[in-house]
Amino acid sequence: MPTTTRAAVHHDHQELALSSLAMIAPFATHEGESGGFHAPSITDFFPPPVLFEGTLFEINRIELVRFLVAIALVVVMVVAARRATLVPGRFQNVIELLLDFVRVNVAEEILGKDRARKYVPLLTTLFFAILAFNITGIIPGINIAGTALIGLPVVLALWVYVMYLGAGVKAHGVGGFLKASLFPPGVPAFMYVLLTPIEFLTVFVIRPATLAIRLMANMVAGHLMLVLCFSATQYFIFEAAPAMKAFGALTFTAGLAMTLFEAFVAALQAYIFVVLTAVYISLSVEEEH
Amino acid sequence: MSLAALPAAFVTAAEGTEEVQGIDLIIPAPYDIFWSAVVLLIIAIAFYKYALPTFTRILDERTAKIEGGLEKAELAQAEAAAARDEYQAQLQEARTEAARIREEARGEGSQIVAEARTKASEEAARITETAHRQIEAERQQAAVQLKQDVGTLATELASKIVGEALEDEVRQSRVVDRFLDELAANTATTADAGKGN
Repeated sequence: MPTTTRAAVHHDHQELALSSLAMIAPFATHEGESGGFHAPSITDFFPPPVLFEGTLFEINRIELVRFLVAIALVVVMVVAARRATLVPGRFQNVIELLLDFVRVNVAEEILGKDRARKYVPLLTTLFFAILAFNITGIIPGINIAGTALIGLPVVLALWVYVMYLGAGVKAHGVGGFLKASLFPPGVPAFMYVLLTPIEFLTVFVIRPATLAIRLMANMVAGHLMLVLCFSATQYFIFEAAPAMKAFGALTFTAGLAMTLFEAFVAALQAYIFVVLTAVYISLSVEEEH
Repeated sequence: MSLAALPAAFVTAAEGTEEVQGIDLIIPAPYDIFWSAVVLLIIAIAFYKYALPTFTRILDERTAKIEGGLEKAELAQAEAAAARDEYQAQLQEARTEAARIREEARGEGSQIVAEARTKASEEAARITETAHRQIEAERQQAAVQLKQDVGTLATELASKIVGEALEDEVRQSRVVDRFLDELAANTATTADAGKGN
């Protein structure tokens, strides 16, 4: 085994630990032992194109996953709505539970009952869409979240961006909104030299950027962890020396735990996204910050 | 460590890192944006135009139905209370009516008793009257009978005393009459003296 590879792996090890993906570290050190281990990489998120290569309409595996999710989500919701009755059945109850969750626990809690009504459709659509796109990360055979490629999170964040800026402008007018956002009241005048650029960055750049990147990074990290766990399991059980096979059980258990954790993260990220959306809208339309 | 450096760490670890750079993770490709917008648009249209309005309508209907049900229950309760009140009023009325009828009956009863009593006393008076009359008649009859008997008795007595002197029918009758007149006069004075007492 060449020492250079080992050094490179060690370097990676430190990088990974710093990236707070410490879980990967113990398994990553085994990587150099054999060429049979397939480490996860970001090339997973750029699969080869299937159709229209090099054009605006290029379609790869992730786009296909998104189409599938969109169709499934639309079909489920349309069927649920078509079958919806005054006395709900089991299926309708589950859908209504989620709808109520967004309406009551997110919209009404953050925006207040009156203002919430206007934004419930936005928040509900966002929550359902993000949840559906996230959950594909742990569905066998798909194994990648629709939101793991930055395009979708960016479009979602842009939508929210337009909505909260629009809400602010509608509530205060362009001047009023800029004044309320960039010159928070109750601060000594000279502080605006510091505050205004910060507020500007926050409102116009950081909020949408963090929305998109948080969602994407969580899904990317989740995917990498799952791939790592399961490819390590594969490697340990079928290719590694007999003495190493026991590690396979360990990595498989870790993979199982990660799958459950990813299910939780998928829901959590959808929730965080809509909560932040509601908070941003609330900050825009509020009279005083 | 920046977010961009995170994927970069994987890039070096990856086997086929040909043209994919870590920065690509946060720089969306045009086709990526395009198809994301398309799928989101599809989802948003389905949600905004159909699914969410339907569920809102269903929820509103349910709320209305529940409120209607509660209202109806309240109405029914009010109706029941009204019926109970009416029933009680009727009961009260019936009781008053019964008391009135009883009172009337009692009054009538006592009137009937009084009438019966009057009638009875009248009857008693009438019976007494009749009895009195009968007694009077019997007394007169007895008086006539007595007069005859006394006459006969006296004549017999007198004839025994006087002998045949009075055999003559005419004389006998005359003597008897005179005797009786005297007797009657005597009796009348005695009776007057008695009444005067």
